[in-house]
Amino acid sequence: MITQLATSLPDALRKLDPRVMVKNPVMFVVEVGAVASTVIAITDPGVFVWWIVVWLWLTVIFANLAEAVAEGRGKAQAETLRRAKTETTARRLTADGAEEAVPATQLQLGDLVVVEAGQIIPGDGDVVEGVASVDESAITGESAPVIRESGGDRSAVTGGTKVLSDRIVVKITTRPGESFIDRMIALVEGASRQKTPNEIALNILLASLTIVFLIATITLPTFATYAGVDLSVVILVALLVCLIPTTIGALLSAIGIAGMDRLVQRNVLAMSGRAVEAAGDVNTLLLDKTGTITLGNRQAAEFLPVDGVTDTELADAAQLSSLADETPEGRSIVVLAKNGYGLRERHTGELPHATFVEFTAQTRMSGVDVDDRQIRKGAAGAVNVWIQSQGGRTDRALGELVDGISASGGTPLVVAEAVDGKARALGVIHLKDVVKAGMRERFDQMRAMGIRTVMITGDNALTAKAIAEEAGVDDFLAEATPEDKMALIKKEQEGGRLVAMTGDGTNDAPALAQADVGVAMNSGTSAAKEAGNMVDLDSNPTKLIEIVEIGKQLLITRGSLTTFSIANDVAKYFAILPALFAAAYPGLDRLNIMQLHSPQTAIISAIVFNALVIVALVPLALRGVRYKPSSASAMLRRNLLVYGVGGLVTPFVGIKLLDLVISLIPGLR
Amino acid sequence: MSDTAAGLLQVGFLIGCLAVVYRPLGGYMARVYTSHRDLKVESGFYRLFGVDSKADQTWAVYARSLLAFSAISLLVLYLLQRLQHWLPLSLGLPNVESGLAFNTAASFVANTNWQSYSPEATMGHLVQFAGLAVQNFLSAAVGMTVAIALIRGFARAKTDRLGNFWVDLTRTVLRVLLPIAVIGTLALVAMGVVQNFSGGHEVTSVVGQSQTIPGGPVASQEVIKELGTNGGGFYNANSAHPFENPNALANLFEIFLLLLIPVSLTRTFGLMVGDKRQGYAILGVMTTLWAAFTFAATAFETQGAGTATQAAGAAMEGKETRFGEWASALFASSTTGTSTGAVNSAHDSFTPLGGGTALFHMMLGEVTPGGTGSGLYGMLVLAVLTVFVAGLMVGRTPEYLKKKITAREMKLVSLYILTTPTVVLVGASIAMGLATARASIFNTDSPHGFSEVLYAFTSAGNNNGSAFGGISANIPFYNTALGLAMLLGRFVPIILVLALAGSLAKQQPVPVTQGTLPTHKALFVVMLIGVVLIVTGLTYFPALTLGPLAEGL
Repeated sequence: MITQLATSLPDALRKLDPRVMVKNPVMFVVEVGAVASTVIAITDPGVFVWWIVVWLWLTVIFANLAEAVAEGRGKAQAETLRRAKTETTARRLTADGAEEAVPATQLQLGDLVVVEAGQIIPGDGDVVEGVASVDESAITGESAPVIRESGGDRSAVTGGTKVLSDRIVVKITTRPGESFIDRMIALVEGASRQKTPNEIALNILLASLTIVFLIATITLPTFATYAGVDLSVVILVALLVCLIPTTIGALLSAIGIAGMDRLVQRNVLAMSGRAVEAAGDVNTLLLDKTGTITLGNRQAAEFLPVDGVTDTELADAAQLSSLADETPEGRSIVVLAKNGYGLRERHTGELPHATFVEFTAQTRMSGVDVDDRQIRKGAAGAVNVWIQSQGGRTDRALGELVDGISASGGTPLVVAEAVDGKARALGVIHLKDVVKAGMRERFDQMRAMGIRTVMITGDNALTAKAIAEEAGVDDFLAEATPEDKMALIKKEQEGGRLVAMTGDGTNDAPALAQADVGVAMNSGTSAAKEAGNMVDLDSNPTKLIEIVEIGKQLLITRGSLTTFSIANDVAKYFAILPALFAAAYPGLDRLNIMQLHSPQTAIISAIVFNALVIVALVPLALRGVRYKPSSASAMLRRNLLVYGVGGLVTPFVGIKLLDLVISLIPGLR
Repeated sequence: MSDTAAGLLQVGFLIGCLAVVYRPLGGYMARVYTSHRDLKVESGFYRLFGVDSKADQTWAVYARSLLAFSAISLLVLYLLQRLQHWLPLSLGLPNVESGLAFNTAASFVANTNWQSYSPEATMGHLVQFAGLAVQNFLSAAVGMTVAIALIRGFARAKTDRLGNFWVDLTRTVLRVLLPIAVIGTLALVAMGVVQNFSGGHEVTSVVGQSQTIPGGPVASQEVIKELGTNGGGFYNANSAHPFENPNALANLFEIFLLLLIPVSLTRTFGLMVGDKRQGYAILGVMTTLWAAFTFAATAFETQGAGTATQAAGAAMEGKETRFGEWASALFASSTTGTSTGAVNSAHDSFTPLGGGTALFHMMLGEVTPGGTGSGLYGMLVLAVLTVFVAGLMVGRTPEYLKKKITAREMKLVSLYILTTPTVVLVGASIAMGLATARASIFNTDSPHGFSEVLYAFTSAGNNNGSAFGGISANIPFYNTALGLAMLLGRFVPIILVLALAGSLAKQQPVPVTQGTLPTHKALFVVMLIGVVLIVTGLTYFPALTLGPLAEGL
C-alpha cells in the first residue's frame, strides 16, 4: 500500500491542475481555499497559518492520491494488454483468392484474413473457415488453449491472441482502434471512464452540501463581528474545508474506478459503469441451466435392473457398452460402474474381439459386439425397436422403470443385450443433471437480497421442474427458445424489474441487448459480445452472481462513506466553534467537550484529522466495504451502525488524540 | 395538581384528540382529492372562471397556475392596504405605507403572517376580513395543493399529469378548510372568543387609564389563523390576547387546530400512495421531533435561567399567568413546528435556550409537523434525501415509494434543501452587516440582539411568522428584505417540489422486493430524524452558537 502511494504521487501532483480539479467540485473548493490561504501565509506568515496551509494542500493531494492509486492498478493491466497489441501483419485474402500482406491497422470491416499456427490474429472477428486451437492468455490470463471453429457459438476470435495449431480464415468485425483489446485498455486505464448515474446524483448532493456550508461560512463574519470576533480568511477556509464532505468527495472517483477494477480482477469487462450499477439493481437473474446451475452434462446416477438381472450384470453390460463412448455421459457410466459396483475399468484394447457401435442420429443407440453377444444402450424407444427386431419382447416392468426416471426429471437409457439372436432388456441407466455444489445456498442469498432467479433450459417442463426444485431457483423456463427468453425479459421489464442474463450464441444476442445486464461469454460469438454490456473472459456463467455483488458493493461503499463523511462534521463543529468564539462568549467553552488544548491546536487538529481520514479510508475505498448478502433492512442496520454511529464517534477520538500531539509543537499557542 | 402533572395531562389530552380525528380527517381528505365528482357550488365556480375541472395539468402548468394565482393574490392584498382609507370599513385608519403593505401582502400570501405592525391600529375591518382572512384560507390551500401534487407524483405512474390546481384549490377551501373553520368558530365563541363588528370597547385598566379595545370578527379569524397554520393575529398580542385566547381550554383547542391538518395529512398521504404504513412512518418522525422540542422548550422554561428568573421562581416574563410555563412552551413548540407563528407568549422573553429551541425548531424547515401541506412536502423531500443515502447503503439505486431517486430528483431535492438556509443566512448576514438594520436591535450589548435578527430571517424564510420582538422591524430594510425572504422561502421550494412531483409521476414504479429499503420501519424513521437534525443542524450550528448558545451556556 505504501509503495502504491509513493509511485502514484507524481500522478497525484499532476492532478492539482485546476482544469482537472474542477471536475470534482468538493475538492476544487478545497484547492481554491488552499491557494487563498497560501497567498495570505506568504504575506503574513506564522506557524499556525503555515500549518493550516500545508494541511490544506495535503488534503487535496491525498484526494488526488486516492484516485491515482485506483488508476495505477488498472495501468499495470493495461501495460500487459498493450504488449499483446504488437504490430502485426495480416494476410488478407483478395477477391480472387490470393493473399496480400497488409498492416493489421489497415484492416477494414469484412476483410478476410488467413491465420496459421504460430501467428497472431490481427483483429477481432469470426472464424469463417477451419478450426484451430488458440492461446487467449493475453486477454484472459488462462494458459490452456481454446478451440475456435467456423459456425456455431465458438467462432469469435480476438485480435492479439495466438493461433497454436491449424489454419483458419477470419472475417474482421471491428475497425482498427475499436477492437476488444483497445476497449479493454481504455477501460482498465479509466481513460474512458464516465460518471455513472448514481455517481452523478451523489455528486449533485455533495455539491449542494458544499454550497450550503459555503454559505454558512461566508455569512459567519458579519455575525462574528457583532460578537466582537474578527475571523481571518485562513480560519474561515479551515472551517469550510472541515465541513464540506471532503472524505467522500476525495474518494468518490477512486471508489468508482476500483469497482470497475474489481470486475476486471475477476476477468469481467464491463463496457460501461452504468452496467455495473445496473447489476446492483437487478431484480431477476436469468441463468442458463447447463454450466451455471448444473455441471455441464448429465451423469449416470444409478443402474436399475429389470427382474431376473442382477445389479452387477447390468453394470457390467452398461460399462462394456460405454467403453468407447467418449461423451461425458458415457464416461460417467464407466465411472459409476467402477465406483458404485467395483467393476474395474477395462480398456478397449483388452477386448480384441469387440466391435464398437457408434451412436448415430438414425439408430440413436451405441454399444458393442463382443463375440456373439451384442449390447446396446440408448433411448427407450430406440432400444425397444432394436429388441423387437432381434426377436425379443419388452415387458411392462421396463416401461415403468423408464417412466419413473422421466417423471423424476432424469433421462433413462435402456441397456439391452442379444445373445445368440435372443434379445432382452437388462435394465435402465438413470442419467441426471447434477446441480453444482453450493447453488442452493447462493439462491437463498439471492432471495434474501430480493433477487429472483429463473432457470432457462431447453429441457421439457418435467425435467426442468425437477432440477429447479433441487437447485432451489424461484422459477424456470422450460423448452426455452431465444424468442421465449426475449419475451420473458420483456415481461419482467414491463413490471419495472431489471433483468440480468448470460449468453454466448448469436441467437442470444437480441436477449442480451434487451437485458439490463447482459454478460456475454468470451467463448461466444462476436454478435453476442457486441450485444451484451459485459464480457466474461472466463466464460463462466456463474459469475453473474458475483457481478451483482460487485455492483451492490460499489453503491454500498459510496453510501457508507457519504454517511461517514457527513457524520464526521458534528465533532469538527465541537472542535472549531468553541475555538473561534469561546474568547468572546466564555460560556461556549462548554462546547469544548473534547477539552482541546487551545483554539489553534483545535483548528489544526480538525484539519489534520480531516486530511488523514482520507488516507486512512483509501484501502476501504479500493477494496469496497464488507459485503454479505442479506436483506436491505439488515444491511442498512449494519452500515448505519458502522459508518453512521462510527462516523459520529471516531472524529471525537481522533481529533482529541491529534490535539495531544499537536499541542507539543513549538510556536503554536 | 402539580404543574408537571397538569402539563403532561394537557399534552396527553392534545395527542389523544389528534389521534381521534387522525383517521377520519385523513381519510376524508384522501377522498376529497381523489373524488371525480364536483359539488354544485364548485361547478358554478369553474363555470364562472372558465376552469375545465376534468383537465389534468402537467407540473409546469400546475406551477404556472399556482404562481399566477399567488401573484394576483399579492397584488389584491397590496392594493387593499394601499387604498384602505377610501374603502369602506376602514375604521378611519389611513392607507398603509408601501413598504409595510408589500411586507404584509408577501407575508399573508406566503402563509407566513409575519406582522411588522400592530394590526388593530393599522388594518381596518375590510383589510382584515376581505384581505388577510381570505389569504389565510387561500395561502393555506395553496400549500395543500402542492402536497397533494407531490403525493400524486409518487402514486401515479407513467404520466406527466399531476391533477388540476384550480380544482385542488377550490376543494381544499370549500371541502376542508371552510367546514372545519365554521365548526371551530362556533367552538371558540362558546369558549369565549369575541365575534362582532364592533368598533371598540372603552375599558378602564388596573392602573386607572382608559383604553379602547377594538372588537371584530375575531373568532372566525382565529380559527383559520390556526387551522391554516397562518398565525397572523387580529390583535398585536396575538393568542396572548384574552379576546383571541381567553382560557386554558381555548388555548389547547387552538394548539389542536394548528396541528390538525398537518398531522392528518400524513394519513391522506398513506392512503393515496396505497400504503398506510408510509404515512405512519412520516407521522412518527414528525411526532418524535415535535415531542423532543416540546420537552426541551418546557424543560428550559421550567428550569429557568439566570438569577432573575430563579429569584422570581419561574421564567414568567412575557408569559400569561392564565397559561403558565407548560402551556406556553407547548404553544411555542407547536407554533414553531407548524410554521404557524401564532404566539400565546413572547418568545423573545423565553430563556435563551428555550427561545433557541423555538428558533432551531423553525430551522428544521417547518416539517414537525409543518404547515398545511408544506409540512408534508417538506418532510417528503427530506425523506427522499434520506432514502438516497440509505438506499446506496443497501446497494441499490435508491427508491422511495417505488420511484427511483435519480440524478434529476436529487438535483431538485438538493436545490430545495439549499434554498431556505441560503435565504435565512444571507438575509441575516446582510442585516448584521448594515448599520441601519443593526440600529433596529434593542439588545445591542448581548448575543440576544443577534438572535433577534436571526429569528426574524429564520421565521420569514421558513414562513413561520412568529418573532423575537426585540427589533423594530417596521423599517424599509426589514419590510423589503423579510418580504423577499418570505416569497423566496415559499415559492422557490414550491416550484422545486412540483418539478419533483412531475419527474416522479413519469416514472414506472419498481417492484418491492426483499432488497428494497423498507421506508415504513423504525430504522428508517430514526435515520430520517437524524437527517432532519443533522442536515439542518449542521447548516445553522455556527449561527446558533453566536446567538442562543452564546447567551444560554
